[in-house]
Amino acid sequence: MDASLFFFWMFAIVAVIGAIGVVVMRQPIHSALFLLMTLLSMAGIFVLNGAEFLFAVQILVYTGGIMVLFLFTIMLVNVKKTAKEPFVHKQTGLAVIAGLLLFFVVGGFAIAEVRRLERSDALVAADPAKLASVTVDRTRTTVVDGKKTKTTEKVEVAGNSQAVAWGLYRDYLVPFEIASIFLLVAMIGAVVLGKRTMERID
Amino acid sequence: MAPTLAHYVTLSFLLFVIGVVGVLVRRNLLTVLMSIELILNAVNINLIAFSRQLGDLSGQLFAIFVITVAAGEAAIGLAIIISLYRLKGSVNLDDAAEMKG
Repeated sequence: MDASLFFFWMFAIVAVIGAIGVVVMRQPIHSALFLLMTLLSMAGIFVLNGAEFLFAVQILVYTGGIMVLFLFTIMLVNVKKTAKEPFVHKQTGLAVIAGLLLFFVVGGFAIAEVRRLERSDALVAADPAKLASVTVDRTRTTVVDGKKTKTTEKVEVAGNSQAVAWGLYRDYLVPFEIASIFLLVAMIGAVVLGKRTMERID
Repeated sequence: MAPTLAHYVTLSFLLFVIGVVGVLVRRNLLTVLMSIELILNAVNINLIAFSRQLGDLSGQLFAIFVITVAAGEAAIGLAIIISLYRLKGSVNLDDAAEMKG
């Protein structure tokens, strides 16, 4: 058993325990802490797959941003009032059966298909170094005696962050800009929703 | 032996199903939103694992967009929860059942 398999099992077990904790814990604050555990071990799984930049993004955005947002909301709403009531719906048994069916039928087919593809030659593992380098065209303008000459050369940039940056700003520029507009809209919407004072109807 | 793609797909599906069950069973709106975050993260594992296997960076870029959408969704969802709490005085899903037929 090599190191990557050991770390995979470690992160996977922690992630699944955390996910189960999110669902079965009565208090939302405990659920939030279990979710934190799951998100951190998922960051570890990203590293195992050569996605170092996403590892940093996962920790910064999820555990640094979204989880703090969750904790603030838990602090703002009164969760003690409902602490005595049942914390699950009446259809819990049915939902668990549906979840198990989803896992064993749909998931079983998906996993069996992936295993079949792995046994055939269709899914040969690619060179992991492909994710950590990218070839870019770099144009260099040099001025010799007042005359501009442009030369284009292919440059290999190394590192996962640079490769992701080139992909994001060159191949996926339009989705990137749309994402920025989406975040602006989300921010304005959150401010408007949080600011408005509604009259109570009960 | 290194973990294969089937390992990652199994883990991802397990987390996805736990998230779906969480959305279905919990009465607290905050925990439902946390389960949705679990579902989105399960999809990210799949994208990253296939990206490694195929040597294609697009999976990682899509995972970044998924994280972006998750951040926006969490911000809006929590604002709606606070709004609902002001209106009803509770974050219980059963208390917001006006549209029940």
